[in-house]
Amino acid sequence: MRTISEHSQEEKRPAMTLPYDLLQFLGLLGALLLLAHPLGTFMARVYNGERTFLSPILAPCESLFYRICGVDRNDEMGWQRYAYAMLLFNLVLFLTLFGMLLAQPALPFNPQGLPGLSWPLALNTAISFVTNTNWQNYSGESTLSYFTQMAGLTVHNFVSAASGMAIVIALIRGFVRRTSAFIGNFWVDLTRSVLYILLPLSLVGAVFLTSQGVIQNFCGYKTAALTQPISYDKPKLDALGTPMLDRAGKPLTENVTAKEVSIPMGPVASQEAIKELGTNGGGFFNANSAHPFENPTPLSNFMEVLFILLIPAALTRTFGVMVGNPRQGRALLGVMLFLFIVAFGVLHASELASTPMLHKLGVAGGNLEGKELRFGLADTDIFTVATTATSCGAVTAMHDSLTPLGGLVPLSLILLGEIVFGGVGCGLYTMLAFAIIAVFVSGLMIGRTPEYLGKKIEVREMWMSIVIILVAGIVVLILSGLAMITPSATASMANPGAHGLTEVLYAFASMANNNGSAFAGLTGNTNFYNLLGGLAMLIGRYVPAVAVLAMAGGQAGKKYVPPSLGTLPTDKFPFAFWLTLVILIVGALTFFPALALGPIVEHLSMMGVN
Amino acid sequence: MKELKPAILMCLLFTLLCGGFYPAVVTGLAQTIFPRQANGSLIIDANGRTVGSALIGQPFSGPRYFWPRPSATAGFAYNPMASGGSNSGPANPAFLATVAERIGALRATGVTTPIPADLVLASASGLDPHISLDAARLQIPRIALARNLSEEAVAGFVANHTEGRQLGLLGEPRVNVLLLNRALDNP
Repeated sequence: MRTISEHSQEEKRPAMTLPYDLLQFLGLLGALLLLAHPLGTFMARVYNGERTFLSPILAPCESLFYRICGVDRNDEMGWQRYAYAMLLFNLVLFLTLFGMLLAQPALPFNPQGLPGLSWPLALNTAISFVTNTNWQNYSGESTLSYFTQMAGLTVHNFVSAASGMAIVIALIRGFVRRTSAFIGNFWVDLTRSVLYILLPLSLVGAVFLTSQGVIQNFCGYKTAALTQPISYDKPKLDALGTPMLDRAGKPLTENVTAKEVSIPMGPVASQEAIKELGTNGGGFFNANSAHPFENPTPLSNFMEVLFILLIPAALTRTFGVMVGNPRQGRALLGVMLFLFIVAFGVLHASELASTPMLHKLGVAGGNLEGKELRFGLADTDIFTVATTATSCGAVTAMHDSLTPLGGLVPLSLILLGEIVFGGVGCGLYTMLAFAIIAVFVSGLMIGRTPEYLGKKIEVREMWMSIVIILVAGIVVLILSGLAMITPSATASMANPGAHGLTEVLYAFASMANNNGSAFAGLTGNTNFYNLLGGLAMLIGRYVPAVAVLAMAGGQAGKKYVPPSLGTLPTDKFPFAFWLTLVILIVGALTFFPALALGPIVEHLSMMGVN
Repeated sequence: MKELKPAILMCLLFTLLCGGFYPAVVTGLAQTIFPRQANGSLIIDANGRTVGSALIGQPFSGPRYFWPRPSATAGFAYNPMASGGSNSGPANPAFLATVAERIGALRATGVTTPIPADLVLASASGLDPHISLDAARLQIPRIALARNLSEEAVAGFVANHTEGRQLGLLGEPRVNVLLLNRALDNP
């Protein structure tokens, strides 16, 4: 598995690693495009109900599901019923998980005897996983039992992703169907997403990950003797477990020596695979994908990044196939690729350059604070861009410790609405909303009829697109502003100055856009962030989702307008270019003032140090 | 209310399938094909005692051992029960003071060259088992002196515990500090 002693030819300086960095980045994009194409075609067949190579095994399971649940696969739904089924299903999921988190000590597979969660934390966590956000105000190894991780979180990783996929497929059907009142059956789309796509890929991915060293067991935590015992100051606790203070109010400590440590165990690989594939991002451990048991080697890191991007990229192909013109999907994929490359370039350049303060102290090399050495800067930066370009939110780096411009990249990717590949399902539907805005604006400017995929863009579509794009942004700005005038909220900041504002802005951006990564210095487990964050996640997930379905219903009912001389071609380069501009303009107009007060001012003041 | 029945039953079925069947199958396969990795790549010493995991770093200090990267885990450094980073912002004065302190500790051992970043900046997990080749080389004279070995001999240990880029391409060349230090103790 590992190669030993290749060190002689590995004399490297930063300049020497750049070709490796580029090669790894291009290798990733190559592998992604190579896999996304056939997967996208396969997914189109699955959602159209056609036979695939998995049908001999899975079709009977699928039928069994429908029989047990009393679902008729030919029972087509209008958009209201589709939305109602989706919301009801999510409500049931939420209640189940909320109950499970509160009742943790009474449930099995809890070898560490971990207690139940407080209700605000349980509420935040349940919302977080139901909405595909996977924001974590807790640390997994000391809070959640194996049962909660498996029967709770792993399950939600599957079904929240499948919900997103179902919604975007309904929207695509809306474009495809002509004068129809129906957009598909939610239960069928949900079941097919899990059975044919998420489950088989996760199975393969999880076993591959264990080959690299990701753990998968049900043992209790292991005790390991330290080679060199460590002595440290431990806070003194009184009989009730509260820290004791001396006369001056400082915590009392006693010097103790640790001769052994506990090493946490658990069924990690099975959760790790779906965590990336479903762009969920909730780590088994506090350090998430930076933890060596979640992400032990550069190859496991490569695979995890690939898994994060795979379904969102494949969905552009599925979209193209289903609307009968693959070039429509390719235009969107091109926009995503372009933004992805730019984001990686800015982040990587900024982290390689490190900071003038560290240079002054005599530190050589890039900014490695909050990064793992086995991945180096390149693999870490690729992961950071991938996880925030999508709604994944798993991390291999502590985003709080990125350079100011480096931190601006993930924050901007999230604020743009996670459309650069985006979350499974929600990335593509948000991108389609941007495409509709772009079609409409260009229609106004050049006097062409606003049409997209043979359907007229009218008032309803514009309203829904604006809701889809702006709701999360409005929530972010209002709640961040509220946090700034709430002393208990500003007390949660870990770093002084502009960086503290960035921590809060990032927190609400991440929750409202259902990302889940964090500037984790912020103490999130307070009533303020648990409750308002929960609200942000709910609004950010369900308001756009219902708007998408409303748009799908509206489009499905419309007549097909054949392209004429007055139609703007949306499958060509000029449109892709225009769409990119629209995305950047909308993003900049909404968020520039807030970003200027956070990362940008931090960067400028840092440069002023010299 | 027609949708309530499938909502509840689907929730139940997916819990059984994705929360029961799927992890069980993965566990079965992993324990059969990759049992060592699936159980944490544990290191067992000659007496049958578990002394750590090849993937999880441990704290080391003093002149006789290679020092790992700084760790920001709660309680004590390299506490596997509290994985995590410092989350310090790059301009945080407290963070810069800590880095300066770590550099001072290295300079006190006679290091005059620029300091490799990994040796004074804390990792993301706080459990990073590796240091860079530069960080290892810089410590060789100190360890050779403390252990009464030649620098060539110590460099040989380092060479034996160096991992190259995976598949010749991925990641960074690196040295596993725990394995290296254990080899120094039990040559």
